[in-house]
Amino acid sequence: MASPYSKELLLTMYRKMYLIRRFEERAGQQYTLGKIAGFCHLYIGQEAVAVGPNEAIRPDDYMLSAYRDHGQPLARGSDAGMVMAELFGRGTGYSKGKGGSMHIFDIEHHFYGGYGIVGGQIPLAAGMAFASRYRNEDRVTVCYFGDAAANQGAFHETFNMASKWKLPVIYICENNRYGMGTAISRTSAVPEIYKRAAAYGMRGEPVDGMDCLKMYEAVKDAAAYCRAGKGPVLLEANTYRFRGHSMADPANYRTKQEVEEERKNDPIPKLRDYALKQKLAEDAQFDAIEEEVKAQVDAAVKFADESPEPSLDELWRDTIVAEGEEDVRPRERVLGMKVTNWPKYPSGQELKVTWDLEPREQAEQADKKAGLSR
Amino acid sequence: MPELMYREALNQALAEEMERDANVFLIGEEVGRYNGAFKVSQGLLDRFGSARIIDAPISELGFAGMSVGAAMVGLRPVVEMMTWNFAILAMDQIVNNAAKLRHMSGGQLRCPIVFRGPGGAGGRLSSQHSQALEANYAHFPGLKVIAPATPADAKGLLKSAIRDENPVIMFEGERLYALKGEVPEGEHVVPIGKADVKREGTDVTIITWSRMYYFCMEAAEQLAKEGISAEVLDLRTLRPLDEEAILASVRKTNRVVIVEEGWALAGVGASVVDIIQSKAFDDLDAPVERVTGLDVNMSYAANLENATQPDAPKIIAAVKKVLYREGA
Ligand SMILES: Cc1ncc(C[n+]2csc(CCOP(=O)(O)OP(=O)(O)O)c2C)c(N)n1
Ligand SMILES: [Mg+2]
Repeated sequence: MASPYSKELLLTMYRKMYLIRRFEERAGQQYTLGKIAGFCHLYIGQEAVAVGPNEAIRPDDYMLSAYRDHGQPLARGSDAGMVMAELFGRGTGYSKGKGGSMHIFDIEHHFYGGYGIVGGQIPLAAGMAFASRYRNEDRVTVCYFGDAAANQGAFHETFNMASKWKLPVIYICENNRYGMGTAISRTSAVPEIYKRAAAYGMRGEPVDGMDCLKMYEAVKDAAAYCRAGKGPVLLEANTYRFRGHSMADPANYRTKQEVEEERKNDPIPKLRDYALKQKLAEDAQFDAIEEEVKAQVDAAVKFADESPEPSLDELWRDTIVAEGEEDVRPRERVLGMKVTNWPKYPSGQELKVTWDLEPREQAEQADKKAGLSR
Repeated sequence: MPELMYREALNQALAEEMERDANVFLIGEEVGRYNGAFKVSQGLLDRFGSARIIDAPISELGFAGMSVGAAMVGLRPVVEMMTWNFAILAMDQIVNNAAKLRHMSGGQLRCPIVFRGPGGAGGRLSSQHSQALEANYAHFPGLKVIAPATPADAKGLLKSAIRDENPVIMFEGERLYALKGEVPEGEHVVPIGKADVKREGTDVTIITWSRMYYFCMEAAEQLAKEGISAEVLDLRTLRPLDEEAILASVRKTNRVVIVEEGWALAGVGASVVDIIQSKAFDDLDAPVERVTGLDVNMSYAANLENATQPDAPKIIAAVKKVLYREGA
C-alpha cells in the first residue's frame, strides 16, 4: 500500500526528532562539564511525542509543556542556539537566562512555556483555549504533562471545566511510566491515564508515543475534533525516557533489561525504517540530515558558550510591566531579526463576543431538573 | 455626589470596564445566576451574557489557573474569590504562575488579571472563615495588592486594577459591602500605589487600610475631643507601598500607630515599621506602636471574636502610649 505521507513530511519529522536527540545529548554532555546547572530534564526517547503533534497542528496553535521542555520548542522551530543559551544561563537565551532549562518560552513560535510545578500548566492551557473560543478563533491549544501530573487536583479541576465548556484543548499525557523514581502504577489507582477522561465525559485515547506517525495521526484527528467545537481531548502517549528523570538521576530504580527492551522501540530509527521501506527516502538523505543537524547543534553549543551572562540590571526587569512597556521579542533582541508573527489580539473595542457559554434555556432546564426555581 | 454602597461601587466599576473593553470577563462561584455571593455582580449576567459572567465550579485552583491562561493570550479576567480563605487553594496559580510569567518568559508574556474578593473577619464565622490574609500576597514580587476601605476607593481602584498590565490582588471587606459612601460620578480612577490622608492631624499618624480604617476614624474623633489631633493615613495599596506618603506623614507628626486586622508576625505593618525606622528614625519622638489581630485563631463566641480584633479603644490606648499620655 502506498504511504499516505509525503516525503517532505517524513524528512521534516526525522530532522526534528534527530535535532532533539542530538541537542539533548549535547546538553547532557555540557551538564557534566558544568556548563549547565540546576535541574535539566532530557527528552531522549520521547522525541516522537513532540514532533508528531507539532506537524499535525498549525504554527499559530498554542502549545505549552512542563519542565521537560526542550523538545517541543525545537519541534516548533525555536532557535537551537538560543534554547541552549537559556540552558547555559546566558543573556542570549529565550528568557535572558532567567528561566533556565525548565522555563523555555518562545512566544513568536507560540510556545507558551515550560512550567516547574507539576500539573501547574494544565489549567493555563484551558484558559488559552477559552480565549480562543471567546474570540471565536478556530485555534487549538496543545498541552503536555507527565503521567505523575495526572494525580494533581489541577488535572481533575481543569478537565471538568474544559469538558463542560467544550474548550478546544488537546491534552497529551506523556506517560513515560515514572514520576521521578516512582513507577506510575505504584501511585495510581488507574494507571491508564486516558481512562480518566471518561469521568468528565471527555474523549480519551491511548497512543503509541514511540511512533511519530501514530502521534501525528492522533493529534490531527483530535485537532479537527477540537476545531469543530466538540470539546477537549486527552491523549495518553505511551512513551519512555531512555535517561534518568534529570541529569542528577542515575535511574537505579529501573533494570538495565527494561531500558534495553525499550530502546528497541527508539522512534528515530523506526521512522527511518518506515521511510526506507516505503521507498520515500534513501539512506544518503538521512545521513545528510544527520550531518546538518550535528553542525547545527555544534553551532548552538558554541553560540551559548560564547554568549555573555545577563547584565546585572536585568535583575530589575521583567517582574512588573511598567506603564507603556512593550513585550520582549527574543529573536529581535538577540539576533536583530524582524519578528513578524508576534501574536496580536483584538482590542476591547474591536472584539465582539458572540459565544453563549451557558444558554439560558439550558440553565433553566438544569435548575428545573434539580427542583429549583428562580 | 451620589451615595453608594461598597458593593454597588464595585458593581459600577465592573460594568463600566466591561462596557469599555470586551476582553474583560468575570468568573467565580455564584457570580452569574445567583448574582454574586455578596451581590457584587448583581445584574451583570443579564447585561453581558454567559461567556463574560461565568459561574465556575468550586475549583479555585482550576478557574484561577484557567483565567491566568486566558490573560497570557490577551484577555483581561476578573476572578472573584468567594472569600480569600478559599483562595488559599488557588495560591499556586497566583504565586507560581501569575506572579512569575513575566519573569520566566524573560519579558515575553504579561498577565493582566484581577483576583478579588472579601478578606477579613466575616462576623461569627470562626477561624476558617475569618482571616486577613493580605500580608501573604504583599510578600510576592510580581503582584500588586490593593485593599480599599471606602466605596469611592473601591470603585476607583478596581477600575485601575482591571486596566493594569499586571496581576492585581484586591482585598474587599466582607463587612464593608453594605457600607455607604459618596462616590464621584463618571470616570473615577484611583491610582494603584498611592496612599490617601483621609483625615489631617498634627500629633500622631494612624496608618491603616481596609475595614480597620473605620475604627481608626472613630478613634481619631474621640481623640479630637480630648485635644489630640490624629492624622489617618489610608494605605489603600499594600504592594507597592507608598513610602513617600508614609514618610511625609511621619515627618509631620513624629508619632505613629499602625492598625492591622491580621496577625502581627510578618504582617504588612511590620514592613511599614521597617520603612519608618530606616528612613525616618530621627523624626520619631516615640517607638512605633502596632495594633493588630491577636496571635490566635478567631473564635465563634461573640466576646472572644471581639476581643481578638483591633477596635477604637485599643487604638486610642496605643495613641496615648506613643504620646506618653497613658492613664490620661
Ligand atoms: C507540585 C510539585 N511537586 C513535586 C515536584 C518535584 N518533581 C519534579 S518532577 C516530578 C515527577 C513528575 O513526573 P511526571 O509528571 O511523570 O513527568 P516526567 O518527569 O516523567 O516527564 C516531581 C515529583 C514539583 N516540581 N512540583
Ligand atoms: Mg513521567
